[in-house]
Amino acid sequence: MKTSTTTIRAQGFTASFDGQPAVKSLDLEILPNERLAIIGPARSGKTTFLRSLNRLNDLSPGFAHTGKILRDGKDIYDADVDVAELRRKVGMVYATPVPLPWSIYDNLAYGLRLAGIRDRARLDERMEAALGYAFLWNEVKDRLREPASILSGGQQQRLCIARVLMLEPEVLILDEPCSGLDPISTAKIEDALVALKEKHSIVLVTNNTKQAARASDRTAFFLLGALIEVGPTAQVFTRPTQKQTNDYLMGQFG
Amino acid sequence: MRKLRVPPVATQRIAVGFMWILTTITFAVLVFILAFILTHGLPHVTWTFLTQSPTSMGREGGIFPIILGTLLVAGLAVLVAAPIGVATAVYLSEYTREGRLTSVIRFGADCLSGVPSIIFGLFGFVFFAITLRMGLSVLSGSLTLALMVLPTIIRTSEEAIRAVPTSYREVSLGLGGTRWQTVFYVVLRSALPGISTGIVLSLGRSISETAAVMLTAGSALRLPHSLFDSSRTLALHFYLLSREGISMPNAYATASVLIIAILALNVLAYALMRRFAVKAAR
Amino acid sequence: MKRDKVIGAILLVVALSAISGLALITVFIFREGVPIILRVGAKQFFLSTDWEPSLGHFGILSMMVGSLFVTVGAAVIGVVFSLGLAIVLTQFSPPWLSATLKPVIELLAGIPSVVYGFVGVVTLVPLIRHSLGGPGLSVLAASIVLGVMVLPTITSIAIDALQAVPKSYLEGSMALGATRWQTVTMVLLRAARSGLVAAVILGMGRAIGETMAVIMVAGNALDVPHGLLDPVRTLTSNIALEMGYASGDHRQALFATGVTLFVIITLLNTAALAVSRQRAGRRRAQ
Repeated sequence: MKTSTTTIRAQGFTASFDGQPAVKSLDLEILPNERLAIIGPARSGKTTFLRSLNRLNDLSPGFAHTGKILRDGKDIYDADVDVAELRRKVGMVYATPVPLPWSIYDNLAYGLRLAGIRDRARLDERMEAALGYAFLWNEVKDRLREPASILSGGQQQRLCIARVLMLEPEVLILDEPCSGLDPISTAKIEDALVALKEKHSIVLVTNNTKQAARASDRTAFFLLGALIEVGPTAQVFTRPTQKQTNDYLMGQFG
Repeated sequence: MRKLRVPPVATQRIAVGFMWILTTITFAVLVFILAFILTHGLPHVTWTFLTQSPTSMGREGGIFPIILGTLLVAGLAVLVAAPIGVATAVYLSEYTREGRLTSVIRFGADCLSGVPSIIFGLFGFVFFAITLRMGLSVLSGSLTLALMVLPTIIRTSEEAIRAVPTSYREVSLGLGGTRWQTVFYVVLRSALPGISTGIVLSLGRSISETAAVMLTAGSALRLPHSLFDSSRTLALHFYLLSREGISMPNAYATASVLIIAILALNVLAYALMRRFAVKAAR
Repeated sequence: MKRDKVIGAILLVVALSAISGLALITVFIFREGVPIILRVGAKQFFLSTDWEPSLGHFGILSMMVGSLFVTVGAAVIGVVFSLGLAIVLTQFSPPWLSATLKPVIELLAGIPSVVYGFVGVVTLVPLIRHSLGGPGLSVLAASIVLGVMVLPTITSIAIDALQAVPKSYLEGSMALGATRWQTVTMVLLRAARSGLVAAVILGMGRAIGETMAVIMVAGNALDVPHGLLDPVRTLTSNIALEMGYASGDHRQALFATGVTLFVIITLLNTAALAVSRQRAGRRRAQ
């Protein structure tokens, strides 16, 4: 895996759907090799922000934005940006594992095949590395030709992580990846993220504050579309600077 | 006199019993129809019957040119309608936003798939046979049938495409796929069983079609040598033989061949549909 | 990226041609048929029973009545059997049985109409003639044959409608001690009412468009039928029987008959759509 040094910075970024703002004037930076957790109650714009990072929101009707999201200084919403390349470099994992109805092998190879890379040797090589990073290699190495649907929920989600890793992204964005998974699978995924941050930046949206406390280096707190506070995880959890942050962490609302 | 109160369980038994009788009657009718035709006709379906040409207006001889005519007319119709229909369905579901326009088009397709075949026959006769000077021919017939099955193919393909989960599309796009790549590799691949079912059923409908074919492909008994020759289909042949009383044994035999072909297609459609359901369940 | 745009453009062209081709048919039929209605006069065309093409008389009332009788007859038979089938298959039979029987019903839909007509002529018509009198070729024969033919359509839509009723409704009713049949009559049928009505309407749309089978068993007499045992000619049979040798005004009148059919069927389809939307609207309001 190549090492990433990409920085992503949101600058005055506002996202709205049919005129209703979901993210308001956001200024947030994502540093290389960090795990950034985004926490907050429902409707705080966490997922909207995440989906703006790889321009998946472009698909939603009524989506509009102002402000910028800079990737190494260049706005990803510029007209001449190659969106496909952006999505390969900013890889997304969804809340529910979505294995495509094919074999494990085909699921993993799909991203590269889309990019025109079909050489078996290269595919196999990357597959082993990606599955290794997702802590899934040993469990599926002899079963690559079987349908992905036979895997358990936790395994499927790790498969989705590996699927994204096949493209050697620079940034990994994960939208509540462990919701609905058992604690063992959750632990495996959190361990995988520790290893992955060596070479990637990771943004993790989670509803589970305890997970944020466990599995991140910095934490950002979103509330109703605005960024309330961001800082080193230990500091945000023990000495938050904003009352709202404190109230949320204390369970006063959410 | 005190009102008789029938206990609910008894009412249920009577009602359900009655409905099972109805069900049995329905299936009995189906079996009867099939048995009636096949028992009278199968004995006459010989290899010679299938490979020879008819003589004296079909009183004797076989039905080979008619089998060929049927394959040409129905096959060509589906060959033309399927790609166009699927492409239209793809465009409507993947390349346009849901809105008034798509609802109107969908409604129009629904209406046209309910329009009686005779009206398509009218259109085909005046437009293809006369205005475009194709005459009563295989070409006129198959183009007319193509228009007839087109709305059905568009609707069934569209339904199959819409049944593919949105999450699949998001995954594909998230991995850097373009819209067409997503459509081709993910959507169409998943929708294929449903789309094929629609196509196979349309083929069955084309083979059974009589009125529209009569008006556009004519009823020539000779072996068609080109697309511009007139030809006769199995259903039409059966109709003419039986109505004019030309040859009952041959009529039954023709109907048997027709029914067996339809049965085979239905089985195929059913098998494809099963694959569809299995995939969707995952 | 570029390739994507090209493919998108090709698909657009194909889709537009398909849609405009289908629209063309509609326009064409109307263009051929409407002028003669105007020339003869709408009242004369639709309300006169005098159909004598050689004299230039074009009144389609007897055929409209014929189509109406036959379609309603088919609907009655279709409803009784389809509803029974749908209820039995969704509520009172084990899953393996309904799974086997459903495709068999679809088989009924695949049988060509000429076969139905033939079997009808050879078995049903003599039966009617001997047991009930009349020529046998009658409204009754046509209704029965059409009823069987539209059965699969009504049944499959009815099954969908019944299965769309939330299980919670049924469970709620049974939890109150109702038998399955009571649940069906008091809860299920009422909840699925719009879907069932839509099914019948669509079945009628199919029936009114049927041509070959009707020609073979209905008798094709030009008079208005007065009873079930009278022979009848429908709008569709009229077109099929006379198109072969019609020309000039006669042919245009047949097109006008086609226009009439087209409008009736579109109205039926719209009604079915409106009825099933009503159900969805009501569900959303809950």
